[in-house]
Amino acid sequence: MIGLRYFARKGAMFLLTLWAAVTLNFIIPRLMPGSPVQATLARLAAGGQTVTEATKRAIEIQLGLPHSSLWTQYLDYLVNISRLRFGMTYSITDESVAHAILAAAPWTLVLVGTSTVIAFVVGTLLGVYAGWRRQTRVDSVVTVSSTFFSAFPPFFLGLLLLYFLGFKYHMFPLTGGYTPGLVPQLTLSFLGNAVYHSILPAVTLVVTSLAGWVLGMRNNMINTLGEDYVLFAEANGLRNRTIALLYVARNALLPNVTGFGLALGAVIGGSVLVESIFGYPGIGSLLLLAVDNRDYPLMQAIFLLITVSMLVTIFLVDLLYGLLDPRVREA
Amino acid sequence: MILLEAKGVNVVYQPGRGERIWAVRDVSLSLEEGEFVGVVGESGCGKSTLGFALTQMLQPPAFLESGVIEFRGVDIAGLRGEGLRHQRRRGFAVVLQSGMNALNPVRTIHHQIGDVLQAHKLGGEHWSKDAVHDRGVELLGMVGLDSSVLGRFPHELSGGMRQRAAIALALALEPELIVFDEPTTALDVIVQAALMEMIKELQRARGFTALLISHDMSVVLDATDRAIVMYAGRIVEDQGSMQMVQGGRHHPYTEALFRCYADPRADDVVLQDIPGSPPDLSLPDSSCAFAPRCTIAEGRCWHERPLLAEVGSGGAIACHLRGSSEESAMEGRQGGA
Repeated sequence: MIGLRYFARKGAMFLLTLWAAVTLNFIIPRLMPGSPVQATLARLAAGGQTVTEATKRAIEIQLGLPHSSLWTQYLDYLVNISRLRFGMTYSITDESVAHAILAAAPWTLVLVGTSTVIAFVVGTLLGVYAGWRRQTRVDSVVTVSSTFFSAFPPFFLGLLLLYFLGFKYHMFPLTGGYTPGLVPQLTLSFLGNAVYHSILPAVTLVVTSLAGWVLGMRNNMINTLGEDYVLFAEANGLRNRTIALLYVARNALLPNVTGFGLALGAVIGGSVLVESIFGYPGIGSLLLLAVDNRDYPLMQAIFLLITVSMLVTIFLVDLLYGLLDPRVREA
Repeated sequence: MILLEAKGVNVVYQPGRGERIWAVRDVSLSLEEGEFVGVVGESGCGKSTLGFALTQMLQPPAFLESGVIEFRGVDIAGLRGEGLRHQRRRGFAVVLQSGMNALNPVRTIHHQIGDVLQAHKLGGEHWSKDAVHDRGVELLGMVGLDSSVLGRFPHELSGGMRQRAAIALALALEPELIVFDEPTTALDVIVQAALMEMIKELQRARGFTALLISHDMSVVLDATDRAIVMYAGRIVEDQGSMQMVQGGRHHPYTEALFRCYADPRADDVVLQDIPGSPPDLSLPDSSCAFAPRCTIAEGRCWHERPLLAEVGSGGAIACHLRGSSEESAMEGRQGGA
């Protein structure tokens, strides 16, 4: 049913954007003034050490500062990232960037990913219900309460939860992704421990992002309710449930799907504030660590990861949209 | 047999607090089984609102303030929810003005026909995919569409095809009454003519009662058995379409409407508009609402509201000068000539 040409065109577009993003990720750091070597030297000098030409050479070798032409560097870069070789991180001793990211990514994917999906599903369903029962008490309660909670900045709600539920009443752990001393493994007891640690950050993320989905969906619902095909469906005596779900919500969902795709793409970047408040061992915390240590290889790799995952999700959402909305297939 | 009888229908729009607009005022009419009736009038005269009221399709801020609407002897004005929904199968259907937008953009015609059939399963009916397909082909055939349309999405059809598909959906209900609310307004003249031809044939072949709402006098007189002229929420004239065309006594507003159309074969075309504009419908009317625009209005017209009164040949006119007595009829004929 769905046109192969639609997929082919979207696929080609995706590859082109991916190449552009990867190339920009190569060019931009090289356009920035200064270099990692200068930054390290400045730090050493500020620390009172004497900086000689030999120190500079030593650091250049240690960091692997390239001396080849830009073109060769670019080709090396492409080869390296295709093999997922991003070099060594300065922040953690004897650890490769790829390894550090690989260790942090699952935590973020599970925590932020699950929270995003839950917020989207719950928020959209609430929005459908509030929109369908517009101007009733249920609608007011849903709309007002979700707006109220979304007015909290995530870090502030996180701190409140930590203070009351963690510090005062000892219901939840204060920090970390699991109890220190445990070895991360796929056993039921460890997973239980990890879930227990993730409840507060997850609640923070869900509660603060819920309102966006609720209000967006509710507004789409109300707009769609005014469409002639809904009126006509009523004139034809369709069942209320059919009208609400297949005629109103089905069409109202389309703009929300785009938003959901963008939110999913942003998942891998983690939520820096929430992760750092809860001491959560995810990508957000890793990015903070990299910035603190002027860890260029780690930062560059994380930025690349964020860009690429965004592009991939946008591509997937485009394809999904083609399935959901027949009108875009030919466009 | 009378299929639908409306008595004293008043529809009020209440857009804001304290604001009330009487869009339909004290309208009574009855539709015979198999009759094709037209409702004409300019924009805002309440014709579409009346059509929506008769089929229980009024949406807030509009509501039926008072009146009885009996369909096959059952008062449908008080029906809500499931009770109303069940009346729609083999009952009354509506075809909307914007038929182009009356179809769900993300569902195929097949699915939309299926939705209608599934919603009104009679005892023992089971609509499998194949059964929906067969019925769909049959319905599309009735409106002159190819069976390939069944698998299409609305955006893949032209405006005329979409309006036909919408009529097919309404026919799926096997209705005894179909209200066509300006079914051809959004289409170009050629498509309009073909569609009206199809509606006429369909009505003749299937024998349902039809109410055609239009601002176009010529379309209505061409298609219908009887025409109702509305002005400012009231019926001002109700006559057989043949009598309307042949001349005779008319409400001054009907005559003014006639003068807005020209014979396409005439050498000299003189079109006249009707000076002035319709009255404010938020005010009560204690006089003839048309008097300020009427060329023959006299003293009585400014104080007393004329009632719809029978004239010869089964028609009715609401006018002090053209209705009721023989004497005023004579005057009227001279005035109209």
